[in-house]
Amino acid sequence: MEDMTDQEQQLVDWLADMMEDEALELAKRMLLEEGASPLRVLELCRAAMDVVGKRFEEGEYFLPELVLAGEMLETISAIAKPLIKSAPGEEPKKLGRVLIGTVHGDLHDIGKNIVSFMLDINNFDVKDIGIDVPVQNFIDEINAYNPDVVGLSGFLTLAFDSMKETIEAINQAGLRDRVKIMIGGGQIDETVRAYTGADAFGVNAVEAVALCRGWTGVAA
Amino acid sequence: MSITLEIAEADKPVQTPEAKAAYDARWQRVMDCVNLKTPDRMPIGMHPTFWLAKYGNVTCKELMYDYDGTANIAERAIREFEPDVHSPMVLGTANGRSLEAIGFKQVKWPGHGVGDDQPYQYLDREYMKADEFDDFLFDPTGFYLQKYLPRVASAFEGIEDLPVFPGLHYFRLVAGIRNFAKPSVKQALTNIIHAAEEVDRHSMAHVNFTDRMTALGYPVSYTTTGVSPYDFIADYFRGATNMMKDLFRNKDKLLAILDKACVFLSRMIIKAGQASPCPIVFIPIHWAPDPFMSPKQFETYWWPSFRKMLMNLIDAGLIPMPMWEADCTKRLETIADIPAGKCIYWFERTDMVRAFEVLGDRVALRGNLSPSMMTTGNPAEVDAAVRHLAENVFHKGGKLILDCAFGLPDETPMENVRAMFDAGRKYGA
Repeated sequence: MEDMTDQEQQLVDWLADMMEDEALELAKRMLLEEGASPLRVLELCRAAMDVVGKRFEEGEYFLPELVLAGEMLETISAIAKPLIKSAPGEEPKKLGRVLIGTVHGDLHDIGKNIVSFMLDINNFDVKDIGIDVPVQNFIDEINAYNPDVVGLSGFLTLAFDSMKETIEAINQAGLRDRVKIMIGGGQIDETVRAYTGADAFGVNAVEAVALCRGWTGVAA
Repeated sequence: MSITLEIAEADKPVQTPEAKAAYDARWQRVMDCVNLKTPDRMPIGMHPTFWLAKYGNVTCKELMYDYDGTANIAERAIREFEPDVHSPMVLGTANGRSLEAIGFKQVKWPGHGVGDDQPYQYLDREYMKADEFDDFLFDPTGFYLQKYLPRVASAFEGIEDLPVFPGLHYFRLVAGIRNFAKPSVKQALTNIIHAAEEVDRHSMAHVNFTDRMTALGYPVSYTTTGVSPYDFIADYFRGATNMMKDLFRNKDKLLAILDKACVFLSRMIIKAGQASPCPIVFIPIHWAPDPFMSPKQFETYWWPSFRKMLMNLIDAGLIPMPMWEADCTKRLETIADIPAGKCIYWFERTDMVRAFEVLGDRVALRGNLSPSMMTTGNPAEVDAAVRHLAENVFHKGGKLILDCAFGLPDETPMENVRAMFDAGRKYGA
């Protein structure tokens, strides 16, 4: 991100450096006292997340940093979004739509929630349809939401079969060519990807973003 | 008390000399590994949970609710595959009645939130709020009575109306017990006693099962479980995402609570372990995997209190068996810092050859056939995976107990289990 004021750079740095108290205080001051553009502040948040994502990929940051960054951005977004009086076209263009859910039989959601958040902050429209999602719900939601990517999450080994059934049902419904399918979760590997018929698997949220960017034609 | 014990002893199934010889040979294999000696062949462990439902052709619900039926299925499995060590299968699966009696809120199980043929699943939630660290630190028992127990199990609802015990004295103590007459407290105590009686039946079913397996010549791998201080707080109090934020927001309190938890967890585990006929303590590890925190965070928050706990258990004559879930490759050098010949390290996704290179002169190893291969692969792939471990770990001097990555996955086809045991004997000789 170019052309930042010193104050804007400070916000990005504090967010990226996990200095939560300082970053939130500055963001609140900019938004509520100094009349900064809420869209601009959200843009700075995304710039900070780019740094966080990069540090994660480089092995400097780990899951706790992604989670804290998510929390900081959620807090700032909650203040910024009501202040947006956007003109049409002013909001950043979304890169694509992702439908995501934990497959039937599995109640785990931590990983899915982190993936949803990372996609959201990276300018994807994300529809999270929850946990223990029946096969038919995925079909109905694909028809209604028309996503570019479907993300199937699961932590237990029972999720292997649930993912396979879900993908087979998407295929039988004639929807397979319309979507790319990615899977993820604690036990997911290439063996499971091949077994389920998914297009790809990811081992973390940053990989999920990279997959979606690749599929929607965005340079990494 | 002695009469009860004598009766219990008299009720124990008799071990024939042949069964004793088989038992001793199997146990010796495992203990040779622990003591870093080469056993006569690679021992094989069997650690199923809801795979038993598949094997016995019953639902998960039936497995959880039928003590005798589950014991029969588990016995058939053990007699068919003849593992060197088995897990406490009745204890680990047939707990539906106990969960129901205590009104357990931290798990969903068949008939209580999941279908009849699904395994139980833990609910990651915030069971202790961030502003309750101080309460816990000041008085953990008081925190349990006033806050935690009613939150996690409905049988305890009302127990929070008990008096606050510290401070009771003289006539204030006499007056203070009045709360025991409150209807809420009386109801809680009735519920707890009812639950305890069910838990006792479950425990006896477990004891009878392991005694019978002992008589048949099959040692149990462990009967005592433990938890690391960090995982205890992360999983059962703060919840996953809150604990990750605590690494930034509540650093000092987190370190203080981990120190405290180390003391009472060590005491609890040692007491249970020393009362058990088996010295091995199974400790599933959830929060050590490489992506879950930085090496610095691991060395600051996770490892010190766990290492201290390991040393406490070792000093008490127990054999800790942490099961390092997911990939812990970057932790190997750190977790090598323990005395040699005292622990079994069970790895899930950590490369076992690498683990052997780093830890081969420190600990016995256990694992780690991939869950995806076991469930979706074929017998030839299982054979090849066992051969890889035998050739590259066991026959190179690694004290490996062959097992699946975190026990037998629930969906594993029978032919893959047979392949695992056949290959273990073929390549482990």
